[in-house]
Amino acid sequence: MRLTQTTLVRVRRVSQAVFLAAFFVLLFKSEFTGSFRGASGQVSLPWPVSIFLEADPLAGITTAIATHTLYRGLWWSLVILVPTFFLGRFFCGWMCPLGTLNHFFGSLRSEKKRGKALLDSNRYKPWQAIKYYLLAAVLASSVFGAVLAGLVDPIPLTVRSLALSVLPGLNYTSGALLDVWYESPSRWARLGADAAQFLFQGTIVSFRQPHFRQAFFLGAIFIGLLALNLRVTRFWCRAICPLGALLGLASRWSLVHLKKDPGRCDNCNRCLVHCQGGDDPIPGPKWRKAECHLCFNCVGNCPTSGIAFSVGPLDSAATTIEAPQAQRRKLITAMAAGVALVPLLRSTTGLEVEADPRLIRPPGALDELHFLERCIRCGECMKVCPNNALHPTFMEGGLEAIWTPVLVARVGYCEPNCVLCSQVCPTGAIWEITEAQKLGRPAATPARAGVASPPEASNPIKIGTAFYDQGRCLPWAMATDCIVCEEWCPTSPKAIYLVTADVADADGNRKAVRRPYMDAKRCIGCGACEFACPVKDQPAVYVTSVGETRSKTNQFILPPAPKR
Amino acid sequence: MASDSPAADRREFMLRVLRLGGLSAATIGAGAWLHYRSDRPKESEVLVADRRTGVPADPNLPEMVVAQGESPEALVRRAVETLGGMRRFIARGDVVVVKPNIGWDRAPEQAANTNPQLVAEVVRLCQDAGARTVIVTDMSCNDPRTCFERSGIAAAARAVGAQVVLPDERKFRQVNLGGEVLTAWPVLEPFLTADKIINLPIAKHHSLTGCTLGMKNFYGIIGGQRSRLHQRINESLVDLTAFARPTLTIIDAYRVLMRGGPTGGSLADVEFKKTLLAGTDPVALDSYAAKAWWDLDYQRLPFLRMAQARGLGKMNFEEVRTSFLTV
Repeated sequence: MRLTQTTLVRVRRVSQAVFLAAFFVLLFKSEFTGSFRGASGQVSLPWPVSIFLEADPLAGITTAIATHTLYRGLWWSLVILVPTFFLGRFFCGWMCPLGTLNHFFGSLRSEKKRGKALLDSNRYKPWQAIKYYLLAAVLASSVFGAVLAGLVDPIPLTVRSLALSVLPGLNYTSGALLDVWYESPSRWARLGADAAQFLFQGTIVSFRQPHFRQAFFLGAIFIGLLALNLRVTRFWCRAICPLGALLGLASRWSLVHLKKDPGRCDNCNRCLVHCQGGDDPIPGPKWRKAECHLCFNCVGNCPTSGIAFSVGPLDSAATTIEAPQAQRRKLITAMAAGVALVPLLRSTTGLEVEADPRLIRPPGALDELHFLERCIRCGECMKVCPNNALHPTFMEGGLEAIWTPVLVARVGYCEPNCVLCSQVCPTGAIWEITEAQKLGRPAATPARAGVASPPEASNPIKIGTAFYDQGRCLPWAMATDCIVCEEWCPTSPKAIYLVTADVADADGNRKAVRRPYMDAKRCIGCGACEFACPVKDQPAVYVTSVGETRSKTNQFILPPAPKR
Repeated sequence: MASDSPAADRREFMLRVLRLGGLSAATIGAGAWLHYRSDRPKESEVLVADRRTGVPADPNLPEMVVAQGESPEALVRRAVETLGGMRRFIARGDVVVVKPNIGWDRAPEQAANTNPQLVAEVVRLCQDAGARTVIVTDMSCNDPRTCFERSGIAAAARAVGAQVVLPDERKFRQVNLGGEVLTAWPVLEPFLTADKIINLPIAKHHSLTGCTLGMKNFYGIIGGQRSRLHQRINESLVDLTAFARPTLTIIDAYRVLMRGGPTGGSLADVEFKKTLLAGTDPVALDSYAAKAWWDLDYQRLPFLRMAQARGLGKMNFEEVRTSFLTV
């Protein structure tokens, strides 16, 4: 019996390692490496990079509450949720990547966790109920269409923190080391650098160094969370994680129980030393099933077989608390807070009343109301964008929209033939679209000669409109030829047209310059012009959100009546 | 503990004084050294590249060939044959860089990038002539990963054994281009170390210069902030061509982007001209193409006049020895 339970500890460790490795591999693979999907020529990723997010029951449930649907891959969350009904919080102990990271950092030596203090820190604490209040609040706010769960859901949080902060930081470090190596006068050193780049390409060495807004804060928050484990093991999992709370709730009737035999116990407390969940495996108090992560460290350590896990019905309510323990009054307060939050956020300007010009959403994004019902701020779209165009918002979308994706054309523009962000979005905030839908006409495919001419562009997806700042534009303000914007404009026919003008330069000489004008009807708002404009600090042509296809109100052009 | 004899105390004291002396000397020495090498931070080293990629002229051979026909591969084979064969340009063991236009995220039929079949055939010709390595590269404007794939050029080049080099950040070196307008610019490494350079542009419309052909294709050898070059576009083109010194120029005019260049997009802007221009005079080739498809006289294109003034070629294409072929 004891042998089997020690083996379980080993299997659990292997499982944690495998899932953490898989998580990292999929994160590394969320990058366009130049592969196209077969003959259709559509840019796509061959790996199921969003599977962890799609399997996240909290993301599934909150978006289901908000939208009354379960989008695409989110039904994978049932693969986690339904077994939890039977087994308990195995996801926390065996699969969750943040759980594994917390477990690892919690196992490091710490001043504060020694001897008696360590034992005491692993006892059940009343503040472990906070995660149930947080769960109540985010579920309540979902009812009113605000999926704020994404901010505190561990899977999006981990993806976001690693993708936008930690991995770019690692890339910077490896890049700096490689640069030094490359500058070396020794040919062997340079060859070594080539080899290193080849080995690590696609993991900690990207094709280009990614830069993200707020990367420092996201990284600092993440490191802070991991550092909390030095005070209390798995503090996040015990006190904050709303997914853990949800799974704790779901394990109410699970069949796996910890049986205690007080007669065999000699009060060595070894079961408590490495307990991850804070669920009181010691013989005196009742065992708290909803807190247990099924790590099996307790039974693995017990020298007398005083405790053991067994599958079957509960034989004594005297030794187990099956339901999560939270004070009803505080639960109601939390729900009320979640409920009250949404109207307060929505009654500020923004959303429909004061459209922010900087809020340029990715192509395929739903209108803002529906977008906020789905976006879990996982950052997957930002990670996958090959041009590094998408960044987490701060206040551009209002406080409610914090860390949702926004296009910053000065850093990167939207490649017209690319729909990767819509492919990786797990919840449909960026609804999956094809290249043909994005362009408003069939995309040209590679290496197929003699393709018949398709009908002219009908209705492409626009994410905004570009405007000229004539005071900064070279031909407009400085009698100097330029038109890089027109050169880069990817629409056909181009949205930028040129009119030759006769101007005088600073020395009084007359010359002809070509001045660019914007045809807003053709502009798709991709931002290539803003990206290419040589006036780097504040481009003379810039994109704002007005004219975006997804919004009925953020428009300024009156379209012609459709042809009958 | 050790005895507290006065001798031991004195010894301790002497050792301590010695240590202090050493510490002070080291600190002051380090400070002095740092102080005397204090200088304003310099820009990183700028290379001056020694470029020898040309081949001697031959009065018995044409300087330009205009070939028309159905097959791009046959066109380039016959054209190069007429110019004296690829062995005239490529020596055994050469490292050759073939520079197509892989600038934009477009498919071959949109005629924004060079025809991939043509690229593959040029690579084959170089290999047959005995080249040790044939590199195919370009500094794309859009993301190079999509451009290289969607243009079909990466797949076609790899299929014939060329080395396809993606232009990542680390492959650039600061070089003094030695031009009138362009001085220190980052240049893509293969262009600095190649024995021979074959310029392989596609003929396209361009709003600023009228058309973009061979000379404009050399934008793709540099990185950095290329958007600033447009202010002195004519001088920049000449500076780049003077620096690159192509061994051979082949202009792909099988499909020509007649309007809406250089990005194109609509197939309605593409016309099949089924032509190929090849030659050793980059100026004359550009001049011929500009006249042939956009009816632009060389007098109206300042970059041609400036190029001739710098000895890069002849702007009046009628003055060069030309062969016209139908394949």
